[in-house]
Amino acid sequence: MDNARRHTLGVMLLGGTIALVLLGPLIWPVPHTAMDLGARNAPASLAHPLGTDQLGRDLAARLLAGGRISLAVALVAALVGTGLGLAIGLAAGMSRALDAPLMRLTDIFLSLPLLPLLLIAATVLRAPLAAIFGPEAGIFALITLSIGATNWMATARILRAEVRAVMKRDFIAAARLAGIGPSRIAFFHILPNISAPLGVSAAQAAAAAILMESALSFLGLGFPPDLPSWGRLIYEGTPHLGTYPGRALWPGALIAVTATGITCLGDRLGGPPQ
Amino acid sequence: MRASALRRLAMTLPTLLVISALIFALLELAPGDPMAQLPDSIPAEVRADMAAALGLDQSGPVRYALWLRQMLVVEPSVALDRLLGTDLAEGAPRILSWQTRAPVMSLIAQRLPQTLAVVGLAYLIGTLAAVALGVWSAARQGTALDRAGTAVAAMGYGLPPYFTAAVLIYVFAIWLGWVPTVYDTTHRVTGWDSAAVQLRQIILPVAVLSLQTTAQITRYTRAAMLEALGQNYIRTARAKGLTQRRVLLRHALRNSWVATLTVIALGAPQVFAGAIITEQIFGVNGIGQLLIQSLHVGDLPVVQTVTMLIAVLIVLANLAADLLIARIDPRPDHG
Repeated sequence: MDNARRHTLGVMLLGGTIALVLLGPLIWPVPHTAMDLGARNAPASLAHPLGTDQLGRDLAARLLAGGRISLAVALVAALVGTGLGLAIGLAAGMSRALDAPLMRLTDIFLSLPLLPLLLIAATVLRAPLAAIFGPEAGIFALITLSIGATNWMATARILRAEVRAVMKRDFIAAARLAGIGPSRIAFFHILPNISAPLGVSAAQAAAAAILMESALSFLGLGFPPDLPSWGRLIYEGTPHLGTYPGRALWPGALIAVTATGITCLGDRLGGPPQ
Repeated sequence: MRASALRRLAMTLPTLLVISALIFALLELAPGDPMAQLPDSIPAEVRADMAAALGLDQSGPVRYALWLRQMLVVEPSVALDRLLGTDLAEGAPRILSWQTRAPVMSLIAQRLPQTLAVVGLAYLIGTLAAVALGVWSAARQGTALDRAGTAVAAMGYGLPPYFTAAVLIYVFAIWLGWVPTVYDTTHRVTGWDSAAVQLRQIILPVAVLSLQTTAQITRYTRAAMLEALGQNYIRTARAKGLTQRRVLLRHALRNSWVATLTVIALGAPQVFAGAIITEQIFGVNGIGQLLIQSLHVGDLPVVQTVTMLIAVLIVLANLAADLLIARIDPRPDHG
């Protein structure tokens, strides 16, 4: 697939999912927590287009709600991760003194066993964060912050290289001679010149975040049942794969479509050479 | 030896120390208390003795140092004693699981063969398939086959393993009934029939794990091959009248090994992390399942040790990749 078509595909897949998740409730306004106990484990019908689960909750409504959670996690975690990566990449690229320590820190983070550590963090920090932010916001903060905090290394490395390349250009020297301070140089002179790789890194961070969140939820250490992210829905659906395959396959397909869409978008500028 | 590889070698120990401190600090926050389930009728002084036996009366830094000593001195010497029949450990306390009271290392030793059988085999198959696919699609760049291969690789990137696993289980285990849904680790291969059963049950986990590996390595192999195929020495080789096979394998592939081997070495330990998910799906009682079960019951010594083990594997793989590049990269060193 050439790059332009891949880009179109990415826009279509991601845009379609976002539109579905945001506009879906207008067409299908069933609350995802409403239990229809007369229709438990119901097959697909007009009342429940994708069937219901063991508590009679509408699967279509749960998928839409789950999509909003999964995409919100991806967005916030990617913002946290890209923000950290940008700050570290800028600092390491602009300052010779900070470069070596920051890059060693990046190396150490790259060697961390991420999934086990995130599993530990999700277990250990759950109660304290829930006490601060309340149960629902607490778990959201826990998952987005811990994914973001472990998802900045690639961004930092790429942006550091880009920043160093920009720093060698004449207009930076000119700006320095004009007496412009480093934060102003970073914001007005460097940032516009690294916006393309920054965008690609952010897209890749978002794809990684959506996969990581669903992995945590899949292992039962992510979102609770009344906050059904797509990963959580797969976790609930997998034991019933033989009897009700749709329950695990629908959310799985949506994760796959979203992640593929984001990856296609990111590939256009980043990724290995085609 | 190259400067950059040497620098990495020097960084290995500090890196591992920082990681171990991080794991320990994170677990210090854990709410669980291993004494919580003991009956109230136990007198306070006995309770204090029991806490002391678990090492809970010490401060955090002391327990961290003791844990490091157990990991670095006690456990290796126990392993040596087992091997050589010596008595280096002299009965020093080992890392014990709070749940089973067994040494953590023997729990790991019980679980490791299953993980290695599934994960190791998957990585081997996935790597071989990926290199073959990468070479093949680079040789036929731009054809329908190459495009299909690239698309599959891109999908393998985005498809989470629990989704591919769910689809494969549904199609091959439930719908077609060709293979079992869970992996039976008590199965022993004694003859041809049981070997066939073993082969059938290992297909799905290996397929799920190797799809991920294949996707990643194929992309890099293909890119490196394409770069090599554009070089002048390939034109020379073709002009000499060498066969396509010889040009691809002896000239192009050998020169793209650096990139390919780096990805393979770096990916190896990540497979252990990915195995956590695959083992959960197929019910393989390996390292990953041990970690998840211990996390659920708050068995911190096991969690701590297994996580550290995975971290050590990752650091060693990084180091191996660096040393490998330093060894085989023909370009001059500027590090």
